[in-house]
Amino acid sequence: MKPYSLTIHEAHRLLKDGELSPEELTRSVLERIDEVEERIKAFVTIDREGALKAAREAGERLKRDEGVTPLTGIPISIKDIFCTKGMETTCSSRILRGFVPPYDATVVKRLKEAGAVIVGKNNMDEFAMGSSTENSAFQITRNPWDLERVPGGSSGGSAAAVAIGESLASIGTDTGGSIRQPAALCGVVGLKPTYGRVSRYGMIAFASSLDQAGPITRDVEDAAILLGIIAGHDPLDSTSIDEPVPDYLEGIGRGVKGLKIGIPKEYFIEGMDKEVEEAVREAAKTLEKEGAVVEEVSLPHTEYAVATYYLVATAEASSNLARYDGVKYGYRVEDPENLLDMYCRTRDKGFGAEVKRRIMLGTYALSAGYYEAYYGKACQVRTLIKRDFEEAFGKVDIILTPTSPTPAFKVGEKIDDPLKMYLSDVFTIPCNLAGLPGLALPCGFTRGGLPIGMQFIGRALDEATILRAAYHYQSVTGWHLLKPSL
Amino acid sequence: MGITREEVRHVAFLARLELTPEEEELYSEQLARIIDYMEKLKELDTTGIGPTTHPIPTPNPYREDKVQPSIPQEEALRNAPDKERGFFKVPRIIGEG
Repeated sequence: MKPYSLTIHEAHRLLKDGELSPEELTRSVLERIDEVEERIKAFVTIDREGALKAAREAGERLKRDEGVTPLTGIPISIKDIFCTKGMETTCSSRILRGFVPPYDATVVKRLKEAGAVIVGKNNMDEFAMGSSTENSAFQITRNPWDLERVPGGSSGGSAAAVAIGESLASIGTDTGGSIRQPAALCGVVGLKPTYGRVSRYGMIAFASSLDQAGPITRDVEDAAILLGIIAGHDPLDSTSIDEPVPDYLEGIGRGVKGLKIGIPKEYFIEGMDKEVEEAVREAAKTLEKEGAVVEEVSLPHTEYAVATYYLVATAEASSNLARYDGVKYGYRVEDPENLLDMYCRTRDKGFGAEVKRRIMLGTYALSAGYYEAYYGKACQVRTLIKRDFEEAFGKVDIILTPTSPTPAFKVGEKIDDPLKMYLSDVFTIPCNLAGLPGLALPCGFTRGGLPIGMQFIGRALDEATILRAAYHYQSVTGWHLLKPSL
Repeated sequence: MGITREEVRHVAFLARLELTPEEEELYSEQLARIIDYMEKLKELDTTGIGPTTHPIPTPNPYREDKVQPSIPQEEALRNAPDKERGFFKVPRIIGEG
């Protein structure tokens, strides 16, 4: 087994025992990048020198046995939405090309302090707007299971890199499914924590009431390890939750006996891929055999979630993206006639088609005469969606759903039909609207060999229970062990 | 419900986007379809339902009004497309008279 294909916890054991050095591990990952990156295109920045330097430092730490964490010397990658001090941060947008942040996002700071080796920044849909990574201004990331297909999005570079061994794990962000959907489409594990569990400081804002950072990993244990490191209160993010961070590994192996799992009847919709439905129903049976109590629940407002989300998210985005004006950083159009001309042309040239579409939609939803009918209404429906979950969690401990209605689709298949693309987020969006944690993990393969993902949704701040259920499921099935060959 | 080219131009101006005629046409068609889909929300009676703007209510955090270190001016200006004597520089605001 090549070092690049290890999990974090496997690599950690070898590093601790001195059987592998952080430098060897990092070199293995960098060689893997050399081998496959031309076909996958998961990175917008690769930092070989910085990674090797961090690896040597981690080696010293391990030798002295000083401040060693489960992440010391582990090569990871980071979605290009997080500010990295001294390393270009673009959000895969032309408008931020050349932007070198003067500070680290809190997530990045915590990873560095833990001794992680950052190999580079992952490609994404521009400003995290998309479900396929086709909206990157720079390149289209390919799905390692089938290069004709998308890796999902917006954290598609992260999921593809983790699946093919270009990093052991990655940190993504999830506004409407951007961690979980690409994890499902690439056959890896993706966790969106409770809103506010992880600091958003230094994470470039898309929709501030929905955005949340989380890990993309090769197994559930690794997700628990990474969450433990990045979670926690941060005074620099006023929405960050001031609650203690539990040890997510403690009790992860307690099994699912007696655990009440709800299956929402509204999540098995028409147009859903038959193989996805079968795989998720089969997973429910497996969990039942393992002692879980599976019952049907109802989330009656599910069908309104996509419309609600695309009003709330675009309204917030239209406001957040007002900061890209050609003044403080990033791109500015050549020879502007005056200030207004500079704003308008800089933004038209700097933003890609989907970003402009969403700014337009959000601006429309907030504009005079439409505010109440669209944005106001969506905020009210958001309350109803949140209540659906509160009611369901009165009866069950966790909820099990498919992650995405279909496996990975072909590059180009949905790019000309925005509404069709939006509907591919139908099962992941409700979690963000309600602020709840959701975890995607592999639960089978199509006959054509594409990974299928399922999702566990938990109560607010109860990541531990969904991690436990996922850990148990993974240990009795082993889907996560299958790897794409390239 | 349709959305006219005129409305698209107005919204684009509010968002400070100068769209090309092709973009205007594409967006008026696409936004009309998306907004049509959003009309679905009108099926629901939301009388008396309060809005949710924040999914997990957290108390307003207060802190002492203390001077804290910040990014030095030079570094804060490093990414600016244009600058002069410690300021961000922009093109003239009012047209030449």
